[in-house]
Amino acid sequence: MNDTAKRMLGKAGPFFGLILVIALFAIPGESREAFLSYHNFKIILTQTVIVAIGALGMTMIIVSGGIDLSVGSSIAFTSVVGALLVKHGWSTAPTCLATILTGGVIGLLNGTAIARLRMTPFIITLGTLGVARGSAKWLGDNQTVNYDSSPINGWMTTPDPFSYALPAGVWVAIVLAVITSLVLNNTVFGRHIFSIGSNEQTARLCGVPTQRLKIAIYALAGCFFGLAGLFQLSRLRQGDPTVAIGLELDIIASVIIGGASLNGGVGTILGSMIGALIMAVLRNGSQQMGWPTYFQEIIIGLVIIVAVFLDRLRQGKQA
Amino acid sequence: MTTIAAALRLTGIKKSFGATQALRGVSLEIAPGEVHALIGENGAGKSTLMKILSGAHAADEGTMELGGAPYQPTDPHDARLKGVAMIYQELNLALHLSAQENILLGAESARGGWIDRTASRERARAALALLGHETLDLDQPAGRFSIAEQQVIEIARALLTKPQVLIMDEPTSSLTQADTERLFATIARLRAQGVSIIYISHFLEECRRIADRFTVLKDGETVGAGQMKEASLDHIVTLMTGREVKDLYPRTAHALGEPVLEVKAAVSPLRLKGASLRVRAGEIFGLAGLIGAGRTDLVRVIFALDELESGEVCIVGAPAEAATPHHRWAQGVGFLSENRKEEGLMLTQSLADNITLTKHETFGRFGWINGRRQRETAERWIGELRVKCRDGTQRVGELSGGNQQKIALARLLEHPARIFLLDEPTRGIDVGSKAQIYQLIGELAAAGKAVIVVSSYLPELLGLCDTVGVMCRGELAAVRPRPQWTEAEIMRVATGSA
Repeated sequence: MNDTAKRMLGKAGPFFGLILVIALFAIPGESREAFLSYHNFKIILTQTVIVAIGALGMTMIIVSGGIDLSVGSSIAFTSVVGALLVKHGWSTAPTCLATILTGGVIGLLNGTAIARLRMTPFIITLGTLGVARGSAKWLGDNQTVNYDSSPINGWMTTPDPFSYALPAGVWVAIVLAVITSLVLNNTVFGRHIFSIGSNEQTARLCGVPTQRLKIAIYALAGCFFGLAGLFQLSRLRQGDPTVAIGLELDIIASVIIGGASLNGGVGTILGSMIGALIMAVLRNGSQQMGWPTYFQEIIIGLVIIVAVFLDRLRQGKQA
Repeated sequence: MTTIAAALRLTGIKKSFGATQALRGVSLEIAPGEVHALIGENGAGKSTLMKILSGAHAADEGTMELGGAPYQPTDPHDARLKGVAMIYQELNLALHLSAQENILLGAESARGGWIDRTASRERARAALALLGHETLDLDQPAGRFSIAEQQVIEIARALLTKPQVLIMDEPTSSLTQADTERLFATIARLRAQGVSIIYISHFLEECRRIADRFTVLKDGETVGAGQMKEASLDHIVTLMTGREVKDLYPRTAHALGEPVLEVKAAVSPLRLKGASLRVRAGEIFGLAGLIGAGRTDLVRVIFALDELESGEVCIVGAPAEAATPHHRWAQGVGFLSENRKEEGLMLTQSLADNITLTKHETFGRFGWINGRRQRETAERWIGELRVKCRDGTQRVGELSGGNQQKIALARLLEHPARIFLLDEPTRGIDVGSKAQIYQLIGELAAAGKAVIVVSSYLPELLGLCDTVGVMCRGELAAVRPRPQWTEAEIMRVATGSA
């Protein structure tokens, strides 16, 4: 492979993956018609929202050389918090703000522990994974939190399910993806995230406030997870403390499929978003084909391995 | 030149990576028991050639013969088995494993998968005995040894397969004078045992001392070879650069001004035991000393990368409490790390990002970075320092070592600093670029900046500095103007034999 081809593969790799996965379900006659409809793509996009918003925060964390395993629990916790607030009669705007900030506080705690106590993100967030899940169940009294109704319920659907309009959640995810991508590539904050992921010692030596930066990254990512929790609430229309178990793995997988490196310093928002779409298309297509869920799990697992292998091929040849 | 006796003969070796032709036809011939210096500027193709020799790359064209038989290694392991071993510039040790385990790594004595400890120990001892280091403690983790001892471990590992040809890439770049002497003794021993050694170094004086013959590479071609004794250094430098380098240590006129930096009785948990110094504006201050004497610790403490246990670092015009690397840059202090791979550079990021990292804020407004201006800045330094690269968007990790060092320097020069702390600024850099860096340092001083240069290479300190301070066991044992120092005198003070 020559240099240009390698760079092309690097940029377009996830796109190829997406096309390949779509082709996988579009070619067999039995699933083509149902799968290739606008209506179905609307469903796929809607199903991607929560993982995609989570992946925005996770991309920042992984690019900075960290990891956050507590996302699934954070989403459950924040959705329970949101449900409780609605139940107690809070109006929509304060509820949203509080839910998002709850996620931010969890991130802040993660980030502070990681930066100040100099502990590895894997261990800290593995701990938070348990703490947040348990707290969600505690808050919800070990059952789902139900409420009468709220405008929040309408954000993951459209009034007419067969219209061409996309749900609010999809638009929020798209707008946030564009903003996050711009921030990562064009701001001091964004470039500093890459710098600590690429070489934390260099960053420190060059005057980047590495500790404060880490705390900020986890806190901001936490806000994204809180927002994902809000959309989780919107989708279920109740606060369920047992929701999103294992979702952190889907989110991390999206980021990795999108070309980010777990060693830090490498990754793009566009890639992560495509990664999230690939996961959703696989899930959706498998359902259309009538494949059992265990089969979906196997396929998604293999896709992650292939994606990382392709990435290794590309990176390895460069060195 | 006889053609039968060659231990290793390369003819017309060519190698391309994509569109770039790294080697355009290299020929090299080495006799048994000969120390052969391979000389060339950064990017001349030495590393590529050695990678082909040691099996990491395959040549596109050309033939290789080892001991008269065709030699085509499939990978580094195969090359070792066939009799070609390589010592890399960066040490490759598993720091948590013991010395013995490191020596035998990949070639363990085992029976049915179980390590045979007695046999292992004997083989490790035998390899060390060849080097005259029988007494090395084989059970200590490699990370506890000094750099020089680690290198001995690494050479012992290479000797395990009884190589005919041993390649040493910049073996002295992180050694002190005394350790270099020890290494030379080791090389002499190996030569006496009939091992051919390819010795790659930017230190021409060293090559001259140790090598029997030399080959000069330039732009991927052999441009000259001959007996080391018959060649003058000037002749070799002219071959390397294709032009004459008149003055390696150009002296720029500069006047010393007011003190700008003072360290008072600095004590650090590890090495500093009460070091004091004072540097004035327009002064080039050299820090000499053995490795472990605390030179690097001292500049790190000044830059607030490491913490002080007691003592004081005063930067004139800066409040004492504002002491983090972040503050130091803002106070106009710049630092160049001796360890560019691990600390100095972000290898996966672009040249432009690396050069501008300390002052991203100034490349735009409200936290947004103007990418075009950032790239223009990078292009300017690439031109000025003659960095060999594609453009400012290329990743630093893809450049050769010397060019990486230039990028680290560019970052420092780009930052508006008035005090420069340079830890081994010319490590791994070729002669032509060294002269250029000395020129830059001279210009900084002429512009009234204070420069501290830490170096293990004494001719550099004596050629460049106004004042030289010699460190010994965590203290500045002596600080004198340059004319009062000689290499021998520096070594005498550094080894504490005053």
